[in-house]
Amino acid sequence: MEAKEQSKQKESCYWNWLIGSVALRLILIYFSNNLNLASRPEISTPLTSLRRLAEGYWLKQSSMSSYAGSMYHGSPLLLSLLGPLTAKRIEGQPDHILCSLVFVIADVASAMFIRATGRNLQIAYSQSLKFLDLVKLSEKSDILPSGDIAALVYLWNPFTIFACVGLSTSPVENLAIILSLYGACRRIAPLAAFGWVMATHLSLYPVILIIPMILLLGYGPDTPPRKLFLQRKYFEVGDTPSNDRCQQEEPVDQPELPYVFSRRPVIHFLFWTSLWLVYVLVLCGVSVKHYGGLWELFKRTYGFMLTVQDLSPNMGVLWYFFAEVFDFFRNFFLIVFHGNILFMILPLAIRLKHRPFFLAFVYIVISSMLKSYPSVGDSALYLGLLGLFVNELADMKFSFFLFCGYIGVSLLSPVMHNLWIWRGTGNANFYFATAMAYACLQIILVVESVSAMLNHDRKLRKLSATKVLDGKT
Amino acid sequence: MAHLPRRTHSILLILSFQICFSTIFAVFGSVFFQEEFSEELLLKPLPDRKVLAHFHFETTAPPLSTSHGRHHHLFPKAIAQLVQKFHVKEMELSFTQGRWNYDRWGGFDPISSSNAKPPGVELWAVFDVPKDQVDASWKNLTHTLSGLFCASINFLESSTTYSAHEWGFHPSSGGLRYGTLPREAVCTENLTPWLKLLPCRDKAGLSALLDRPSIYRGFYHSQRLHLTSSESHSSGVESGIVLEQALTVVLQPNSHKTSKTFLSETKLQPSWSLSSIFGRKVTGRCVLAKSSNVYLQLERGLVTELENLQKDNAITGPDHIGSGGLKDNPGFELSVRPDKEFKEANILHRKSSSVLYEYSIERYSAFEPFDLGLTWKFPVVWLCPRAPLHSSRFLMGSGNQRGTIAISFISTDLEEGFLGANIGEDSCKLQANIFQVVPWYIKVYYHTLRVFVDGKPQAIANVVEKMHVSPSEDKVSPGVMELVLKFPCAVKSAALTLEFDKGFLHIDEYPPDANQGFDIPSAVIIFPNFQTSMQYLEDNSSNKSPMLLKFQEKSPVLSYTEILLVPLTTPDFSMPYNVITITCTVFALYFGSLLNVLRRRVGEEERILKNRASKKAGRLPQLLSRLSAKLKGKEWEPPKSPSTSSSFISSKLILKVLIVAGVAVFWQYYSE
Repeated sequence: MEAKEQSKQKESCYWNWLIGSVALRLILIYFSNNLNLASRPEISTPLTSLRRLAEGYWLKQSSMSSYAGSMYHGSPLLLSLLGPLTAKRIEGQPDHILCSLVFVIADVASAMFIRATGRNLQIAYSQSLKFLDLVKLSEKSDILPSGDIAALVYLWNPFTIFACVGLSTSPVENLAIILSLYGACRRIAPLAAFGWVMATHLSLYPVILIIPMILLLGYGPDTPPRKLFLQRKYFEVGDTPSNDRCQQEEPVDQPELPYVFSRRPVIHFLFWTSLWLVYVLVLCGVSVKHYGGLWELFKRTYGFMLTVQDLSPNMGVLWYFFAEVFDFFRNFFLIVFHGNILFMILPLAIRLKHRPFFLAFVYIVISSMLKSYPSVGDSALYLGLLGLFVNELADMKFSFFLFCGYIGVSLLSPVMHNLWIWRGTGNANFYFATAMAYACLQIILVVESVSAMLNHDRKLRKLSATKVLDGKT
Repeated sequence: MAHLPRRTHSILLILSFQICFSTIFAVFGSVFFQEEFSEELLLKPLPDRKVLAHFHFETTAPPLSTSHGRHHHLFPKAIAQLVQKFHVKEMELSFTQGRWNYDRWGGFDPISSSNAKPPGVELWAVFDVPKDQVDASWKNLTHTLSGLFCASINFLESSTTYSAHEWGFHPSSGGLRYGTLPREAVCTENLTPWLKLLPCRDKAGLSALLDRPSIYRGFYHSQRLHLTSSESHSSGVESGIVLEQALTVVLQPNSHKTSKTFLSETKLQPSWSLSSIFGRKVTGRCVLAKSSNVYLQLERGLVTELENLQKDNAITGPDHIGSGGLKDNPGFELSVRPDKEFKEANILHRKSSSVLYEYSIERYSAFEPFDLGLTWKFPVVWLCPRAPLHSSRFLMGSGNQRGTIAISFISTDLEEGFLGANIGEDSCKLQANIFQVVPWYIKVYYHTLRVFVDGKPQAIANVVEKMHVSPSEDKVSPGVMELVLKFPCAVKSAALTLEFDKGFLHIDEYPPDANQGFDIPSAVIIFPNFQTSMQYLEDNSSNKSPMLLKFQEKSPVLSYTEILLVPLTTPDFSMPYNVITITCTVFALYFGSLLNVLRRRVGEEERILKNRASKKAGRLPQLLSRLSAKLKGKEWEPPKSPSTSSSFISSKLILKVLIVAGVAVFWQYYSE
């Protein structure tokens, strides 16, 4: 009874915080003219800037291709969704208020999906612990409600707030990614396929998420390594039925044993993916029919992403690199940097195949670190998702250092930008140094989180091994 | 007898020579008749104590079909070849230094609207080739002209610098290209090849006046080359090639004789003569010229003032009444009596019209040089005719990230007569066309166009009647904006604003003086409802001078706005290696550490302990043994007895080293 009361209290607490974050966003939106966030290079990149989207919509309205000129590089579907909202102005209200409201809704929806995903993951986690008979571990260190934590981290992260208020389209992109992960977690193949297709269509990099999603759909949410279950099973089957408790529980746990790869959801997923893909391609083809067709569209959107053409400063390191590198080597480095994302896919997939959701998280961090036009919106997404692994990553090293580093970089970077661009007293190198520091922080985050997760698995293995030994003796 | 044949022989010889010469002369005579050259100079006192000198040279060549092959007598061969090769229908190239002052030097007369040019180089050309070949022709043309005029016109070759527009600048169908180089420094090395195109160069005739130091000392200097060819015209009259070269200079006469002060607050205009402003006199005409004339133009405002002055004088002294125009007026005195005097035909009902004096310099020679002088006797203040709206362009905003381009129009105090034709109606509209080319690194947001009329924001549809935009593409093409604006006639001021983002370039794309900033070429403002044409009466002679014919042509009032200087942020030019190495190091760090984390095994702690235990064996042999075990595909086992294995390994190692050394020595020995 008390637990129920407590959970109810927690629930109301969560909703209060959520409403608070929405209120904060609305206040900031109302005074967004004074903040001038829309022109910050950290928030609106050439891909996510709503101003460019408005320009593209204007070009479209004046019967030109929205990709004429080098202004808009986003998706034509997002253009037809948000374009009319950019043109509409309400007297006395800040510009683009309708778009801002859309972004707020997208943020809240993302938070809700993160929360639902988190609950799903948590149930799977506690179930697997129970199955491994490691409930003691969970009791000892009290499993935190990771879904709520992650959702609130996502909502209250200043990066998310700025990305939402600063008129960038990254909340929508993040929503698509979260939707796909949620769908995969719940094994809702159509939703997962829709999310993945939309995310890929909007920002290309989520294309690599197909591997964790297939694993998620096939094996279900994250679990400790499969070997442990096999060991356990072997031990239980081979052992005498002295352990009553286990035998009683076995039929309950048996169908959710995560080591069987179920093909059906995956095939469903692939079918739906192809369906959505065709659908999106047809819609895009219709919208760019008169302006060079799909090939032109791909060249203007994905081509622009892959051949870093816009050298305006952002949080990443590629803009300065390609502004300085000799033209002769440009193509080589383009291949190297984009290859860096791809190189790591396979090793990570092999090593973390029992934790597909964490794998997806690592992929998101890597792609948001190495993508050509990163913004704070991308960081907001992975920092929110990081909250989902609060139980597993409790022993992560350098977490305080990382926290301080993020704060330091996000304070220093605007200062350096101001010195360089507005005052003319600084130098591009100072700003680039903060971008470099930011890249290093992200590297440390990836490496440490992966290592912490592997250590966690190791710990579980050790515990279960001792358990098995104890059982035997 | 002996003498007779010799005499007849000589007579015959003379005769034959005569025949020969006469035929040659006949041939050349016909050529003369067709290829014509004329030189003219227009002088005009300006309201702000300066003098405008406008040289106008015109060479015409007959169409290729009627002329003698590719031979040219007067016409410059280089230009004729250029026209033939690139099928140039029309072309204009101008080199300008200084900015034309539309308020003080006039904005509503043929000279200002066709000869006032933006600083630097401006080139536009119409080609008579299929549409897909226009760009290639343009590229070739720019290279040819760049060689011909010793200028960096070849920079116009890249597609980021020129534009093909629809209707904003010049009415033509498709084959037009327009490019400007605002920063091109114009100097004597551009003038010399320009003068070389003249038949007399600068050795004789009016062009001999062009003394380089005095020209480049001036406030404004613009040399122009306009080419019209109907060579390849299939329809209509073939007029051949007309090459029009014009040099417009605004000079400040030395006013050392202004000791005389008048009661009125205005100062006396400085008196000048050809020798004082150019430092030279006209020592005769270019013998190849059909006509060589010097004109002195007095503006409307000046004539009105002088007439008023004359009336005042007439009250006091009645002698002057009806003594023949302004020739002996109280305002100024001319050192040479003009041969002819023309009055402007007054089409619109204005009080007075401008006056033109003509001097034919055929009768002057080196012994009796022509030196026109104008001595002011009385201070006169007048205004020059101005365009209906004074236009200027400026930048707003600070910092190197974004900004706003603003074009502002301020109504000049128009005389009633200008708008008299349509001022009665309520729907009276003042039309202005804007043509603006913006380089790609100025990323203009066209949806942010705002229009203000008399300080109040207006809906775009109320003012902008027609709009054509071709947005800029990064590193490919500049942005072109063509606008037709219609203001109410009573407009006092109007403004247009456009927001833009500043682009960031690759280090190779910055010019050597990157911190100076980048130039946005002038915008062109055209008032199509206002025509500049000056028709001079009393010119009944059939062979009108080409310059006056040019003045008669109806062309819309046109003005150029200022060039904008946009500072762009620069990266650190000295650090490419540092940036490359640091970035690569960070990425390598990421790759290495992540791979390291992934490849760590469960049992590695025990292994590390074991390794520590067997550390005495030494690192290298252990590594080697591990390597060899891997190669053999066997499980590596830590050496049981360190002493024996180490000796074994070491002997093997020594053997290997010896083999490698031997191979190296062998290689070294035999490769030589």
